[in-house]
Amino acid sequence: MLDILHDYGLILLIGEYPHGPLGGLAMTLILAAAALLLSFPLAVLVGIGRTSPIRLVSRLAGLYANTVRGLPLLLLVFWSYFAVPMLFGKSINASLVMLVALVIYESAYLGEIVKAGIQALPRGQTEAARTLGMGYWTTLRKVILPQALFNMIPSMMNQFVVVVKNTSLAYVIGVDELTNAAYQVNSQLLTKPFEVYALLAMTYFVVCFALSRAVAALEQRIARTRRSRPA
Amino acid sequence: MKDLLLANPDYQTLLAHGLWVTVKLFVTSWILAMLLAALLTAVRSTSSRLGQALVALFVEYHRNVPGLVQIFVWYFGVPQLLPREVQRWINHHDGEFFFSCIALTLYAAAYMSEDLRSGLRSLPRGQVEAARSLGMSYRQTLQHILLPQALRAALPPLVNQTLALFKATSLAMTVGVADVMHATRQIENETYRTFEAFLMVSVVYVLLSWLIMGAGAYASRRFSSARN
Repeated sequence: MLDILHDYGLILLIGEYPHGPLGGLAMTLILAAAALLLSFPLAVLVGIGRTSPIRLVSRLAGLYANTVRGLPLLLLVFWSYFAVPMLFGKSINASLVMLVALVIYESAYLGEIVKAGIQALPRGQTEAARTLGMGYWTTLRKVILPQALFNMIPSMMNQFVVVVKNTSLAYVIGVDELTNAAYQVNSQLLTKPFEVYALLAMTYFVVCFALSRAVAALEQRIARTRRSRPA
Repeated sequence: MKDLLLANPDYQTLLAHGLWVTVKLFVTSWILAMLLAALLTAVRSTSSRLGQALVALFVEYHRNVPGLVQIFVWYFGVPQLLPREVQRWINHHDGEFFFSCIALTLYAAAYMSEDLRSGLRSLPRGQVEAARSLGMSYRQTLQHILLPQALRAALPPLVNQTLALFKATSLAMTVGVADVMHATRQIENETYRTFEAFLMVSVVYVLLSWLIMGAGAYASRRFSSARN
């Protein structure tokens, strides 16, 4: 296994870069970070929509979230592979196609977290703000969202781990990321599939395990902050 | 209307067969995963340090590696370690399904055992103490007192996990399992009617997912009222 790491470690890490396109683990992490960042504003919209006092708005937001959550990510990747080039032209990069699928998928899940964050705040917060004469949007912007989003930080970071794992599906549309790199290494070696895939699994494990541990540590710090500054 | 893909008997058969494979994969791995999860939880609640550590390792591995990669490890990697005859036997008996089923079972069991464990931890200690002082053995306590209550507390996360497992069965098509997703790709390749084919399979997935979500909501309403 060490000889594979010696011969192909760099390809697994950064792909062909700097002599070719970036790939490997670097691409996986970039894709995951971009997906999480881009899905965030959408997720806030979904969360606000789901908690909206207007029935129609909350119904529509609920329909969106439950439909997206009812589809396997793989199917969204295929949809995106079919629809995105039709919308933006044939030459579009496969990693952008993957990014679109990830952003849509993640917006529904992160939207549920935003919704739960908003609903977890005591009702008195909204009531006090409204009594002070603030409108719906001002209440959201100045009172509800700052608190809800702060409390959500650990869940959002946990979603990063989920998205890192989800990027592995980019392999099916040929994006040069970690899983695809391992697949190619395996087709060059041919005789050592167990070693290659065990190495791939271990790489994901190290990255995701370290990230989850970091999130757990952060969670405790945030819990301490919340205790010292009661909402 | 006659021109619809779904009106073509060949594609109906293909889709129905794919759906059957998806359901078979889902139900088999769900049942096995629940049994394994209960076993893992039981081992983890014993006082054996080694047992606890092994279960923790199992859970962390399956939670921190993508499901797709776990399927690859089983389908592409593990056969290399098996003797020739065993490999041949498995390949004769639908190796794609076999290895996907193992991978999905282990994957779901890891998450489900965590759900059960937090369900167990939510129970007051008095439950165990009362059962033990009534003369129940460790196994009886677990079977008659703890697991039924823990299951009830763990129901909402278990339903989420069930849904995740159902959706994860689609990953098996990447190693060639002829599930409903695979059937759709086949229809799409033959007809080039991508939009219609994808729409069909999307409706199938969304409806079945909603069925799972609905069943979960019903079950948690029923069981939470039984507790009070």
